[in-house]
Amino acid sequence: MSTAIADLHETPADLGVNYLNASYGIRSWLLTKDHKRIGLLYLATITLMFFVGGTAAVLMRLHLIEPQGALFEPETYNKLFSTHGIIMVFFFLVPSIPATLGNFLIPLMIGARDVAFPKLNLLSWYIFVTGCAFALYATLSGGVDTGWTFYPPYSSSFSHTHVVAVALGVFIAGFSSILTGLNFIVTIHKMRAPGMTWFRLPLFIWALYATSLIFVLGTPVIAITLFLLGLERILHVGIFDPAVGGDPLLFQHLFWFYSHPAVYIMILPGMGVISELITAFSRKKIFGYTFVAFSSLSIAVISFVVWGHHMFVTGQSIYAGLVFSVLSFLVAIPSAIKVFNWTATLYKGSISYQAPMLYALGFIGLFTIGGLTGLFLASLATDVHLNGTYFIVAHFHYIMVGGAVMAYLGGIHFWWPKITGRLYPDYWARVAAALIFIGFNLTFFPQFVLGYLGMPRRYAVYPAEFQVLNVMSSAGASILGIGYVIPLIYLTWSMRYGPAAGPNPWRAKGLEWTITSPPPTENFEETPVVTEEAYSYPSSGVASV
Amino acid sequence: MSELAAHSAHPPGFAHQFETIAQQREAGKLGMWVFLVTEILFFGGMFTAYTVYRSLHLQAFVTGSHLLEVKFGATNTAVLIVSSLTMALAIRSAQTGKRKGQTIFWLILTMLLGATFLFLKFRFEWYHDYVDGIVPGVSWSYHGPYAPGAQLFMCFYFFMTGLHALHMVVGIGILTVLIIMTARNKFSSEYYAPLEISGLYWHFVDIVWIFLFPLLYLIGGRYLGS
Amino acid sequence: MSEHSEHGGSTEHVVPVSTYVSVFLALIALTALTTGVAYMDLGQWNTVAALTIAVIKMLLVVLFFMHVKYAAGLTRIAILAGFFWLLIMITLTLSDELTRGWEIVSHGWGMIIPLMIRLL
Repeated sequence: MSTAIADLHETPADLGVNYLNASYGIRSWLLTKDHKRIGLLYLATITLMFFVGGTAAVLMRLHLIEPQGALFEPETYNKLFSTHGIIMVFFFLVPSIPATLGNFLIPLMIGARDVAFPKLNLLSWYIFVTGCAFALYATLSGGVDTGWTFYPPYSSSFSHTHVVAVALGVFIAGFSSILTGLNFIVTIHKMRAPGMTWFRLPLFIWALYATSLIFVLGTPVIAITLFLLGLERILHVGIFDPAVGGDPLLFQHLFWFYSHPAVYIMILPGMGVISELITAFSRKKIFGYTFVAFSSLSIAVISFVVWGHHMFVTGQSIYAGLVFSVLSFLVAIPSAIKVFNWTATLYKGSISYQAPMLYALGFIGLFTIGGLTGLFLASLATDVHLNGTYFIVAHFHYIMVGGAVMAYLGGIHFWWPKITGRLYPDYWARVAAALIFIGFNLTFFPQFVLGYLGMPRRYAVYPAEFQVLNVMSSAGASILGIGYVIPLIYLTWSMRYGPAAGPNPWRAKGLEWTITSPPPTENFEETPVVTEEAYSYPSSGVASV
Repeated sequence: MSELAAHSAHPPGFAHQFETIAQQREAGKLGMWVFLVTEILFFGGMFTAYTVYRSLHLQAFVTGSHLLEVKFGATNTAVLIVSSLTMALAIRSAQTGKRKGQTIFWLILTMLLGATFLFLKFRFEWYHDYVDGIVPGVSWSYHGPYAPGAQLFMCFYFFMTGLHALHMVVGIGILTVLIIMTARNKFSSEYYAPLEISGLYWHFVDIVWIFLFPLLYLIGGRYLGS
Repeated sequence: MSEHSEHGGSTEHVVPVSTYVSVFLALIALTALTTGVAYMDLGQWNTVAALTIAVIKMLLVVLFFMHVKYAAGLTRIAILAGFFWLLIMITLTLSDELTRGWEIVSHGWGMIIPLMIRLL
């Protein structure tokens, strides 16, 4: 099944005046107010951070091929897993889809000229870069060894690493998130084109709206928490120190009040992408639009009342544990609703298997596994056994990598023609997608087994009987790493040599596909008037070619 | 209405990502309210920590609270309330198209009241606390009853009023910019959105203090035997 | 969608000066009240009184100085959401901090009713 390939003889000049060539020079990029350019600025920054965090992961997996550790001292290993977590969570996953695809697409999808506050948008990128700079500086100076969770009293009183610098980097990056979320909420409320009612919005917009609610309500709390941690560390006063009546668990409550919803910040936008990919590549209206839309909002709301499931074994009261456990089961329901609806959309759809669809199908399988394994952890009794083991590591990597990263890559591939005006070679894209899928499962499935068998997480050494599974995992990581590098190559190649894409190479529905690729700076020559429902593909039974 | 006619009807300060000045005004106000919601959660983290520790260590917190002087807290509360009045009057002045001198008058008054608040706090409270040795981590020599818990309380006192004071300083900076903008005739009864939005921020900072005053200064009461 | 006024002049509600001054005087009076009440021995009701007065003062500022009395529903929803989320944070955190010392009284299904009564 092929897409409508544009005339391969089209040269760059045929792409017309668009947001990429409307002005030249570094100043026109660094001082831009165009949401599309800002999206690309973010894309460059987070790609860099992904490979920094990924390098830490590669080093960890190489170290773990031997039970006594192949490469590093335990102190160094501790710094590696901390750096990996901090960079991947705060400087890659949290901004990934919202700041790149969200910034680029939201005005296009709702029929607006730009976001509500373009200058604030640019500021948010500068703030993000500043946060990255602090984090990178601290990493290069020796990093932190507290884990990405910064628990006191170790982080406040005992660690000799650059806790304050890293915490400051995260604090600053948090403000970038807040401004992005604020911008998106106001944009979606106030700048929809005539006829674009809430229930005609693409589900990607609903997902990003829900994500923005979490940005705005959750991020300030981690900011103040890290601020208090920093003060405790610098002034040697005991906010979380039992000696003066403080409680280390209070830090954990405040930390996880944000950090649990944060994991939904990381997955919700991915779910929004999947809704777009599934409909486009089955050429079918989404099944249960309203359910999917409201499930995004439900996830955002319920995500705020489950954080205690990270604290079942740290000393939290049993009664609070009961409450959090029940609520954690509740939060699985809206996610399941989405999976049911995607599956029902596929049923009797006219399916094609280009790279974005491969990522989407992979997402549905891997996210389901990750989500279901979360239920073992939400259940108090089993969590006692599994907490602190590789089961947890596997669980969240299935969601974060098998889910969020694959959705991100799927989205990048899907909208790449719109962003650059070029097509990438789909053969290599599918090869990379397959390598990523295989490599991912080989890396992380053994970790479920390891965790169940009792191998602790965040340990630089392990009992010899776990070596086979660890080596399998490391082998998988190598394949996964290669899989991630391949898109870097062909996507970069395509920017120069890829054939012109035309306005709608996928023949998908959505306002962004009605304008040229790449779009002009002002997006729409005339404000569009929307009369169709979302995903108004011709009904199934009609041949798609 | 054609694009050309629409453009010529747009007042100064109009930003072109919007269709109309009304849309811009609504977006601006919603944006500031969303920002204030983030501030509720930002201060809220410290209010949560405060609530937890006060529940667990009430006597220590009462002891700590009695180290503070009510007269400064109460006076500062009154100062901020007056400043909210003057801020509201400044916005109203622009909204009703009064001459810019009147708006500037109220803005300057607001600024002076804000500065008074900070002066009272830093010169008469914080500095005296430093001299008396009740500043945790910097100058702590309190050995009375419940000393560890009192230190915890004083941490909250300084962190919460410090964060609040930082917001006041930013507010004064914003007022300075607004005064300059007013003097340069940027505002009219059609367009005074920056004043309105900054007013929301200023009132919010006042509200934070409205809660900080009783929670920090009046815990456990100030009656004999408390 | 939103109002589209192309005319000059403010379309926003203008609050009379007398309203502002009345609200101001009420705020000052309430400040005096909360300070005065602190010097009276009301036991645990001191805290309730102080917080109630603070909430009333906040409402006066929000409704009148911040114009929420005349504002759109979306503004009110945003404000309520902010406070509700703060309430979630405080309540669920306290649900742990205040129940640490609770002991399990007995085992088995029979303890469910006493447990629920205690929790509520």
